[in-house]
Amino acid sequence: MLKIEGLTAEVEGKLILRGIDLDLPPGEVHAIMGPNGAGKSTLAYLLAGREDYAVTGGTVRFAGQDLLALAPEARAAAGLFLAFQHPVELPGVGNALFLRTALNAIRRARGEDELDAMQFLKLVRERMRSLAMPEDMLKRSANVGFSGGEKKRNEVLQMALMRPKLAILDETDSGLDIDALRIVAEGVNALRGPDFSALVITHHQRLLDYLVPDRVHVLIGGRIVQSGGPELARKLEAEGYGFLQAAA
Amino acid sequence: MSKLTPGGAEALLRRYEGLSSRLPGARLPWLASLRAAAAAAFRAQGLPSRRAEAWRYTDLRPIAEVEFAEPLLSVTAALPLPAQRLPRRAIFVDGRFREGLSELGDNAVALGSLAADLPAAEGRLGRLARPEEHPLAALNTALFEDGLTVTVPAGIDAGGLELSHFVLAAERPLACHPRHLIRLEAGARLLLLESAQGDVATRYLHNPVFEIEIAEGASLVHVRLSQEGEAGFQLGTIYARIEAGGTYDNFTLNAGGRLVRNEIHTVLAGPEAACHMNGAQLLRDGQHADTTTVLDHAAPDCRSRQTYKTVLSGRSRGVFQGRIHVHQVAQRTDGYQMNQALLLSPEAEIDSKPQLEIYADDVKCSHGATVGALDADQLFYLRARGIPEPAARTMLIDAFLQDVVDTIAEGPARDAVATAIADWWRGQA
Amino acid sequence: MPAVTETVETVQAATEGAYKWGFETDIEMEFAPKGLNEDIVRFISAKKNEPAWLLEWRLKAFAIWQKMAEPLWAAVSYPPIDYQDAYYYAAPKQTTKPKSLDEVDPELLKTYAKLGIPLKEQAILAGVEGAGDTPADGGRMPIAVDAVFDSVSVATSYKDRLAKEGIIFCAISEAVHEHPELVRQYLGTVVPQGDNFYAALNSAVFTDGSFVYIPKGVRCPMELSTYFRINAKSTGQFERTLIIADEGSTVSYLEGCTAPMRDENQLHAAVVELVALDDASIKYSTVQNWYPGDAEGRGGIFNFVTKRAQCRGRRSKVSWTQVETGSAITWKYPSCVLLGDDSVGEFYSVAITNNRQQADTGTKMIHVGKRTRSTIISKGISAGRGQNTYRGLVRVAPTASAARNFTQCDSLLIGDQCGAHTVPYIENRCMSARTEHEATTSRIAEDQLFYCRQRGLSEEDAVGLIVNGFCREVLKELPMEFAVEAQKLLQISLEGSVG
Repeated sequence: MLKIEGLTAEVEGKLILRGIDLDLPPGEVHAIMGPNGAGKSTLAYLLAGREDYAVTGGTVRFAGQDLLALAPEARAAAGLFLAFQHPVELPGVGNALFLRTALNAIRRARGEDELDAMQFLKLVRERMRSLAMPEDMLKRSANVGFSGGEKKRNEVLQMALMRPKLAILDETDSGLDIDALRIVAEGVNALRGPDFSALVITHHQRLLDYLVPDRVHVLIGGRIVQSGGPELARKLEAEGYGFLQAAA
Repeated sequence: MSKLTPGGAEALLRRYEGLSSRLPGARLPWLASLRAAAAAAFRAQGLPSRRAEAWRYTDLRPIAEVEFAEPLLSVTAALPLPAQRLPRRAIFVDGRFREGLSELGDNAVALGSLAADLPAAEGRLGRLARPEEHPLAALNTALFEDGLTVTVPAGIDAGGLELSHFVLAAERPLACHPRHLIRLEAGARLLLLESAQGDVATRYLHNPVFEIEIAEGASLVHVRLSQEGEAGFQLGTIYARIEAGGTYDNFTLNAGGRLVRNEIHTVLAGPEAACHMNGAQLLRDGQHADTTTVLDHAAPDCRSRQTYKTVLSGRSRGVFQGRIHVHQVAQRTDGYQMNQALLLSPEAEIDSKPQLEIYADDVKCSHGATVGALDADQLFYLRARGIPEPAARTMLIDAFLQDVVDTIAEGPARDAVATAIADWWRGQA
Repeated sequence: MPAVTETVETVQAATEGAYKWGFETDIEMEFAPKGLNEDIVRFISAKKNEPAWLLEWRLKAFAIWQKMAEPLWAAVSYPPIDYQDAYYYAAPKQTTKPKSLDEVDPELLKTYAKLGIPLKEQAILAGVEGAGDTPADGGRMPIAVDAVFDSVSVATSYKDRLAKEGIIFCAISEAVHEHPELVRQYLGTVVPQGDNFYAALNSAVFTDGSFVYIPKGVRCPMELSTYFRINAKSTGQFERTLIIADEGSTVSYLEGCTAPMRDENQLHAAVVELVALDDASIKYSTVQNWYPGDAEGRGGIFNFVTKRAQCRGRRSKVSWTQVETGSAITWKYPSCVLLGDDSVGEFYSVAITNNRQQADTGTKMIHVGKRTRSTIISKGISAGRGQNTYRGLVRVAPTASAARNFTQCDSLLIGDQCGAHTVPYIENRCMSARTEHEATTSRIAEDQLFYCRQRGLSEEDAVGLIVNGFCREVLKELPMEFAVEAQKLLQISLEGSVG
């Protein structure tokens, strides 16, 4: 699904990613852990197409395409979804309008029919019910004044609507709100299947209790220094990153 | 006042001298002397240059360089009019009222051409305007030919009235100076939807002056759509006086014209009067739009709110000057002003000068001014969700304008504004 | 005892109520002939033994001044100033260096004492030989002081100690002789002679001021301070200050001013130029207490000052902090031109107008370099019939990508006879720059006063408390030594304003 080879990248002239290699097969969930400043968020934003980051070397292939050559909206249309650590507030942009416009843009890019207002409403209401989201969240401006939990639900709702092939979760600071973690984990788990993969970027082990990964990678100093099974995450939780930092 | 001497101002004065004996009301002594005094005031001040503090950001040379003439009396009966939106409609072409195209409705409201009954305007015309301070108002007083007179009797809800002004195609540059007198007596209500449009290729100057009197407890909602032609200039001045308990709600959309200035002078003259002035300026390459408001809190316990938003694309220039003057007697004033600008291109420029002059101490008076570009985080979020960049930008700009459009109550006026904004978008594509 | 507490207490003890510094010092003075013409300019230059290049520079400025018209646009009103009806040069007559404090003119010492300058510093200032070699009393932090008495810098303390670090802190007249290359390189490069009417006048007839040069990488170890005092009748004060912070250096400079009470107005037209190179930082604080005129508005100082900083270097920073509590007319706009990428300009100001004072003050922040930042916090307090105007300009050039400005102007009105005005000009030509401006108006409410008094505070103290709270954001930017003084000053300035 996602194959990263030798990826290096700079932010404001500073080298942050120093050669990332990652192979994420379809149907699997991988976790990326690491201390602050290692480059985890950088990787997430870069994969989603944020323009402040300059790729200086390496390749990324996603579902057979050269991911780095695509604009952010094209990456979304190709099936990539980034769940933001802090979902951006969009004052004045109604949530329903936002969700419908995004969904239709992706459907259009995939050659599918766009949904009209009624069809969309029917679909979104169904999804919201299963996520226990009150309907008034459609009328409010997207993410404005939403509590932490409501923002996460809104992200998961979008995931449920767009049915991505690859979900990247930027959860670097999570671990403080059990509710939020559970919502996200359930959202991802609901999508699991042979044609879906997830890359979970997290600082804390806690999320991984709910979203058990197939593999865990440790990112230190802009490089993946070790990979292992879920037990690696537990070891890091118990011992910290010290033993790996020495080797990095 | 510093002046621009070439072409335009002199030419306009010469036209006044040539026409004065034939202008409407030439045989009414009170009007003749009003016009003469105004012409003298214009001669003394000239067209303002940038050295005048009130005009430091707006250069009138593109207007001063043109020799304007009066519009010819047009005989074209047909005019492709947009659909009527409100029960009453007054149509003006080139500054003159066109009865045949208008729909004035019943007599509950006194409504008609100013030129058709000038004697009735004595004492009312010129009561609020200040030609000795404002050269464009002086020019209007000297040269006006017609306008709309509206009187809503006490307690009457006059519903909605459209005032639409069109400038037709012409061979030479023309100037029109309609003078509109609006009066609401005690407890009266009116929704006035004013629009201005003009031929795309004609250079013209549309210089309207409004004198608006709102008596006790009366309420005027004044929604203005300014969609002048590409080569058109509009320098509009509104004078409004609001008595105790009255309200004046003004919303102005500037989305056209090469150079547009809206100057609004409001006096809150009696306790508990209120004024809400809002607007949006949408600018394209080569355009200049200036909103200048001067608000006098001259009585206690009055409330004012102003929100103006400017969107600038291409090589355009936006100006906002908002002065709030709180008189010493105006205790317990509650005033607020916000002006925001969104720069969409590297060649755009915004100048703003929100000003407070406060002489009373028990007041709540504040203002804010922000300038920025589209938020990169917001734009990225939308694109990461699959929305193509142009659509994402449109969504964010609409969101930027939303809260100021929301100040207009739902109904035909707000729909008209939304349509005008959509038209502007289409022109952008 | 800290120098500051001494200052306030000495001063309070010396006089009672009203303007504490309103005394005269009776000292033998030397004057130039009255009036202003090219001869006076030459006279001044000759008195100071200036090199030819500086005389030429002054004459050029004078020629420019003669062609200029006095600016009339500020929202202040004042009777016309007769520029010919003043002395442009006055200096105390003391030529030999005294051997001990006993030899110093006692009047001069009394003045220093009244200004609250500690004895140690008094000796240094008076030029007593060897005075600077022994440590100060009580082991407190020394403050290097340059005393300017009327037009002439009388002495500078701690010069030698600073010189060991390569720091030059001396009178500008001395710098012209000792460090001509430095002066010539920088003088007039931030405020050119033709910049404005008062700058041109100053450039022609400036008599003295402070010169500071901090070499590369040096943190100036002590606060540098200058006391200005206008003493002689009918003189104008035209000091010129030039501060240069070389790469990576830091300096904090404090300007304090006083003047005696007089019936006629006196003119203060100063020019301050600051230059900060790469990674350098200058903090310039002013606690000003010129004679404000009596309750009827008679007398008082006309204060027209051009203060400008150029943040030439990358990551350079200049902070202007001012507390203005008196002057008949104030016209000053400390400014920063942010040339270097990532440079920072700050302006923190408290301005009080009481009785019939008028102030038209503010700042100009000109953003040219990338990612430049400016912060403006202005607190205006109007009482009595005072009129307080903030006039600010934030201009962002098209080159200033990602520039940021934040401006907060707050006005506090005490009583309904005064006025508070805000006139900001915001000119933004850069799409990626962000400017934010906010202004609010408030007053001291009856219930706030009642609450304080119910808790035991006198009305005066209550006003002082509320005003200090209002100004807190600005006062905390002042160097510690003067923050306390400033707070007391605020209180004194507002005496009699409530009720």
